Amino acid sequence: MKSLEELKAIRERMQSQVSLRGEDHNHIRVVVGMATCGIASGARPVLTTLSNLVQEKNLTDKIAVTQTGCIGLCQYEPIVEVIEPGKDKVTYIKMTPEKAEEVMERHLIGGHVVENYTLSSANIK
Amino acid sequence: MMTEISLNILDVAENSTKAKASLVTISVEADFPADLLTVVIKDNGCGMTPDEVERVTDPFFTSRTTRKVGLGVPFFKYAAESTGGSFSIESKKDVGTTVTATFILSHIDRMPLGDINTTIHTLVVYHPETDFIYHYRYNDKSFTMDTREFKEILGDIPFDTPEISAYIMDFLNENKLETDGGAVY
Repeated sequence: MKSLEELKAIRERMQSQVSLRGEDHNHIRVVVGMATCGIASGARPVLTTLSNLVQEKNLTDKIAVTQTGCIGLCQYEPIVEVIEPGKDKVTYIKMTPEKAEEVMERHLIGGHVVENYTLSSANIK
Repeated sequence: MMTEISLNILDVAENSTKAKASLVTISVEADFPADLLTVVIKDNGCGMTPDEVERVTDPFFTSRTTRKVGLGVPFFKYAAESTGGSFSIESKKDVGTTVTATFILSHIDRMPLGDINTTIHTLVVYHPETDFIYHYRYNDKSFTMDTREFKEILGDIPFDTPEISAYIMDFLNENKLETDGGAVY
């Protein structure tokens, strides 16, 4: 069984490398809808992909991945919203782990919105 | 429609966090000799009135305002009952809610348990204000994870720091493997 001693060791290591976390208002916020509609259409792997990528690429001081409830657009789930300080919110719809990787590379790191996947590019009547 | 029991658990446990529970206890017990899988989600959140309890399994009842249907609980109930299992909700206003679902393991319509570790990890890491106790049993072996023990050690280091998040996932993976030997069901 995994021991709590290991966790203590991790804490010791972390306290020695005191890194202040950035203030929230400087973060890019990435919000994944995780209500019944989101979960049923595959939001969990999208959320896991995004948070794993942020950690792998050491971007936790720049990007905060969080979750929310139903956004009210259930037919477009899984939905990922990207909220950058000083910019308009971008809403990505019908996301998959693969699309999430692309959004990570091109938008969150590269700074260019992936227009093909956004709500505003969808033909909504 | 959910494709895994673990997704139902994620969805229904989200309700507990929205009900402002400070402690959520999730128990998953597979008992193959008895052919039963029992899932219990218990919280100390705001609870429901008897009237709300009665209506919560009705898909056209929801307390939210963003849409008019609430499918989380009906999905879970259907998933359990379609295997010949059972489903119940007990709730008391200002005390909390307990959801219990039992599944007949061998029934052809039972959906797989699925990635329960990711469900628990997601709940724990994204709800730092809520404490979780997770109990997993596979026949006569079991393990328990109590996030209050983690918090006691960590102090103000949050669960979503990469090292801690990875430790929690490893904790779940290693202990589940030791408990069920990697059984997929």
